[in-house]
Amino acid sequence: MSKFLLPLFAFLLLVGMFVIGLTKDPSRIPSPLLGNPAPEYALPSLQDPDVLVGSADFAGQVALVNIWATWCPGCRQEHGFLMELAAENAVPIFGLNWRDNRPDALQWLRNLGNPYETSAFDADGRVGIDWGAYGAPETFLVDKNGMVVHKHIAPLTREIWERDFVPLIEQLEGGE
Amino acid sequence: MIPEIGHFALIIALALALCQGVLPLIGAHRGDATLMSVARTSAQGQFIFVVISFACLTWAFVQSDFSVEYVANHSQLALPTVYKISAVWGAHEGSLLLWILIMSAWTVAVGRYSKKLPPEFSARVIGVLGLLSVGFLLFTLLTSNPFLRLAVIPPDGADLNPLLQDPGLAIHPPLLYVGYVGFSVAFAFAIAAMLTGNLDQKWAKWTRPWTTVAWLFLTIGIALGSWWAYYELGWGGWWFWDPVENASFMPWLMGTALIHSLAVTEKRGLFKSWTLLLAISAFSLSLLGTFLVRSGILVSVHAFATDPARGFFILAFLGIVIIGALVLYAIRAPELDSNAGFKLVSRETFLLLNNIFLVIAAAIVFYGTLMPLLYDVMGVGKISIGPPWFEFAMLLPMLPLALLLGVGMHAAWRAQPEGVLLRKLRIPALIAVAIGIALPGIAYGRTGILVSVGVAAGIWIMLSSLLDPWRSWRREAGATAMPRSALGMSVAHFGVGLFVLGITIVSAFNIETDQAMRTGGAVEVAGYSFELRELRDAEGPNYQAIEGRVEIRRDEALVGEVLPQKRQYLVQQNWMTEAGISAGWNRDLFIALGDQLGNNTWSVRVQYKPLIRFIWLGAFIMALGGLIAISDRRYRSAA
Repeated sequence: MSKFLLPLFAFLLLVGMFVIGLTKDPSRIPSPLLGNPAPEYALPSLQDPDVLVGSADFAGQVALVNIWATWCPGCRQEHGFLMELAAENAVPIFGLNWRDNRPDALQWLRNLGNPYETSAFDADGRVGIDWGAYGAPETFLVDKNGMVVHKHIAPLTREIWERDFVPLIEQLEGGE
Repeated sequence: MIPEIGHFALIIALALALCQGVLPLIGAHRGDATLMSVARTSAQGQFIFVVISFACLTWAFVQSDFSVEYVANHSQLALPTVYKISAVWGAHEGSLLLWILIMSAWTVAVGRYSKKLPPEFSARVIGVLGLLSVGFLLFTLLTSNPFLRLAVIPPDGADLNPLLQDPGLAIHPPLLYVGYVGFSVAFAFAIAAMLTGNLDQKWAKWTRPWTTVAWLFLTIGIALGSWWAYYELGWGGWWFWDPVENASFMPWLMGTALIHSLAVTEKRGLFKSWTLLLAISAFSLSLLGTFLVRSGILVSVHAFATDPARGFFILAFLGIVIIGALVLYAIRAPELDSNAGFKLVSRETFLLLNNIFLVIAAAIVFYGTLMPLLYDVMGVGKISIGPPWFEFAMLLPMLPLALLLGVGMHAAWRAQPEGVLLRKLRIPALIAVAIGIALPGIAYGRTGILVSVGVAAGIWIMLSSLLDPWRSWRREAGATAMPRSALGMSVAHFGVGLFVLGITIVSAFNIETDQAMRTGGAVEVAGYSFELRELRDAEGPNYQAIEGRVEIRRDEALVGEVLPQKRQYLVQQNWMTEAGISAGWNRDLFIALGDQLGNNTWSVRVQYKPLIRFIWLGAFIMALGGLIAISDRRYRSAA
């Protein structure tokens, strides 16, 4: 086979990929995690690398897991609302600081406030992959049995919260 | 009535593009001069009708004719006239029309300046451009017609996306498109050469100026886009590795490689099949960029049109164009290889390395942009690739590229005695290393290996670029002056040096803090004190704003006053950040209002950005270098 055919084959491969990609809408695929156990993880805490934090922290309770990073404008947008949620004690929020660097992230929490019970520091993004994150911010609602009940991609707002999260949380809390 | 004329003119343009795409190619194949002569006239005709069509759409915008759906969706009565005009290409349909306009303008220019080329060859070039035009015209008319009317006419429009209401973004897309589309000329030259089966050094000489013009517009376009993102997105970053930015960066990298490989093909008759492949790739990546942005296959802030039908059309078009080109390449390229040799230390080797590193860089961007998509397609989960990954990965090809650049441009063709090179370059190299070690510590009070390497690389490229112009300037009377093309190269490379220096310093010594600030309060950043004197209401034609007045002082002396704004656009109701920037040659002070925290208290982002202007200045100087190079006498008497 001639080496001059290689570019053609490489391109055909790419086209095949695009055709499949076009038939999917990335923002509408339900997370495969929905209804499944939340991926377990234990990572160094953002504040103290020697302390491990992770999925064990929210075992047995209804909790939010929020994936964020300082390079993500949407995270900044929703941060104010997360602060409000934390102030209202609505649901404990567990942060996963994703593909970020520690000083920036700490600075961010100092400046904008810290709504998180704990913040896990996922420097190489491996836990983010387990959670199926393809961008930040993403927010997961986890029930008492550790099942992922809901996933929200894009910044969280009061409106989305009232519409998508509150009914679910009432149901989960009421089911005792 | 006017929009219908525009629509109709576009259909006539399609008919003419069909003539332009089919007849000259048949003519060139049969050696029929009459058919070949159709090329120029039909290209001119097509251009005239596209201009009419574009003018009609512009008229609809200026007159605020909201019976046209596209106008109703992207304009409003209170929009300033400048933005009514730039709104024409503010969204998908109109930007396609702009693409077509630019493409037909390029074709007319090719027709005008290719009269000395062999008639079969220029007929083929124009024919290929005509076929590309057909594709875009069909795409517009079938899937994205900007002239469609609404049954119910709204009293006012939905307004142009406020992000786009800015002078920077008004001219950024046209420049970018001139660059993208310009690569179609290089592409058409490559196809024509393969159809003829004859690719000689003359071919490279014809192709070079066209490629350089396209490249220089793309350079300016990208630089403007980056500058726009810097002051308009309120984030203080100048490059986000957003898929849309990557889509323009990949053709740029390939185009840069193409320019260099064309030089080898012209001077030495080497790298022929490689040059062809680059010419195909540069344009393919331009098309791919359009595809990525328009299809919504990658979701991003920029992707305003998410419509799978359009995606499939572009993909089919892309497939036909690129597969056709690559099949032709597979058939023809094997005949083209030549075996003129060159020594290990020679300009050929350096240009080969340049090409390798640039292509690796493009591959990295490509990988980073498309890998998340691939993971998704294979159903193995989703990954996200963020700026940290790109920044690290890009260092791998870019650092050696920067270091080799300074040597490469002084190497001679065929073989270069190492001793001469060493003697010529050792002083600049020593100065660069010395500055690299000293500057970070002295000017910014902090040192680091990577910073020193970056600074040394930047200074090294600048000094090395200045050597030849300096010698030429100091030459004895009677000695020949530097040719324009060599001067252009030196200037462009000097721009690269500035760019490298700027990136290094700003990424190492950039300071940013987010603070809560109330009126009367002050923050201290990098020795400057920022005092928020007052907050007041401001009003624009179609927005209301809260404006902060911030005084910047250094050692009590007033450095400047800036007015950052938080704007709310009245129709779309979204908030935009207008940063206050106090610019200087050696640093920018950047203040952006964040969110209101309480009465008279705002979160404020304050940044100190040393040498950030060098990044854009460097890019503009690169483009200027390209401009000087194409003014070389060699190209003016091209034949």
